Amino acid sequence: MRVLLTACLALLAGQSFSASFQVDVEVQRLRVAEYHSPYVAFWVENPDRSTILPLGLWYDDQEKWLKDIRQWWRRTGRSQSSPYDGLTGATRPPGKHSINFGELDGLQTLPAGEYTLVVEAAREVGGREVLRLPFTWPAQEPQTQQADGNNELGSVTLTIDP
Amino acid sequence: MHSLSRNVVMVALLAATLPAHAHKLWLLPSHTAVSEPQWVTVDASISNEIFGFERAYPVESVVVTGPDGKAATVENIAAMHTRSVFDVRLEQEGSYRIAVAKPGFFLMYEVDGERKRARGDDADKMLSALPDNASNIRIMESHNRLETIVTLGAPNSEPLRPSGKGLEIQFLTHPNDLYAGETAKWRLLVDGKPAKGLKVELVPGGTRYRDSQHDWSATSDKEGMVEIRWPSAGRYFLQAGTSDKKTSHKKADERRLQYLGTFEVLPM
Repeated sequence: MRVLLTACLALLAGQSFSASFQVDVEVQRLRVAEYHSPYVAFWVENPDRSTILPLGLWYDDQEKWLKDIRQWWRRTGRSQSSPYDGLTGATRPPGKHSINFGELDGLQTLPAGEYTLVVEAAREVGGREVLRLPFTWPAQEPQTQQADGNNELGSVTLTIDP
Repeated sequence: MHSLSRNVVMVALLAATLPAHAHKLWLLPSHTAVSEPQWVTVDASISNEIFGFERAYPVESVVVTGPDGKAATVENIAAMHTRSVFDVRLEQEGSYRIAVAKPGFFLMYEVDGERKRARGDDADKMLSALPDNASNIRIMESHNRLETIVTLGAPNSEPLRPSGKGLEIQFLTHPNDLYAGETAKWRLLVDGKPAKGLKVELVPGGTRYRDSQHDWSATSDKEGMVEIRWPSAGRYFLQAGTSDKKTSHKKADERRLQYLGTFEVLPM
């Protein structure tokens, strides 16, 4: 009986609430002659990349530079067209930004397994950087992962609350 | 006002009024050192990527100065969609300076609150073509010197003598005698005089295949000298710029000078 009750509660929980999948990203402030905010792409992949789930894209409507987000372009970007999958928006200025992908259908229906969140940044006449944050899905308990970039990205944190 | 903060304000004002940062302008020769008479082809483009073609740079005004200081043969000047091209005949032994350096004017104005701009080489003509209701008119003189040097046989210095106009480099180290790990000593000149405190920026070719620009810079000393150590073999884009009030047209309030060079460094 207790098992059944737990299962029912879990089912209810699954239907009415979605996990929080929050990514905190720091866009580095750089002292360069010509600065453009970086294009940033977010996606989830499993170890053999048989599953690719685009989560979001920050870009300024200049499709010309999308190929420069090279990994994203290869894994998913080049087979999409505008509007791009996930939560899209304009590029962000240097500083700390927070975005929650928890409401995305793709995440809610993502099969259980080990995954990696990939955050890739590419800046016009600048550099490119990729950070990878592993996580387990679905989360049974809160998970936090952090990775630090060296040039384009500062600290990137993934916080999952079941 | 303290002079430093005044300078900061001046720089900020200047930055705000200048057009958006230009992409890089460059010439790219097919070879820089050859051992028998032949044609070399030069590409000219405007791009972010070094050296990836993006938009054609006009080269009708190209001048090639041969080893004897006289104009050398140029053929097949063509503007394509993403680049311009031309061929240069290397017949006589020595060095050839390939330069696209025609001065021009940059016009900015507003019509009904809308900002407009135009480029041209005849300031009077550009000003007289302005609509009657144009306001906030500003005209600037612009000297972009795109340059590269190629050599048949042993290099010589005759064609490299500075013209004495605009921003130039006096090559104490010959630009076709650059090897990985060695250092070139060059002098920056404005109107033939040493230019101190100018920043020279360098970007190695092949930016498409790496995650950062790998650019670096050097600043000219009081004699106008810069020392550039070449980290590895390859082709390099060099850019330097400055501005002053020495305009050739009385309505122009500023003269912007840029030197844009392409240099090849060979392996040791």
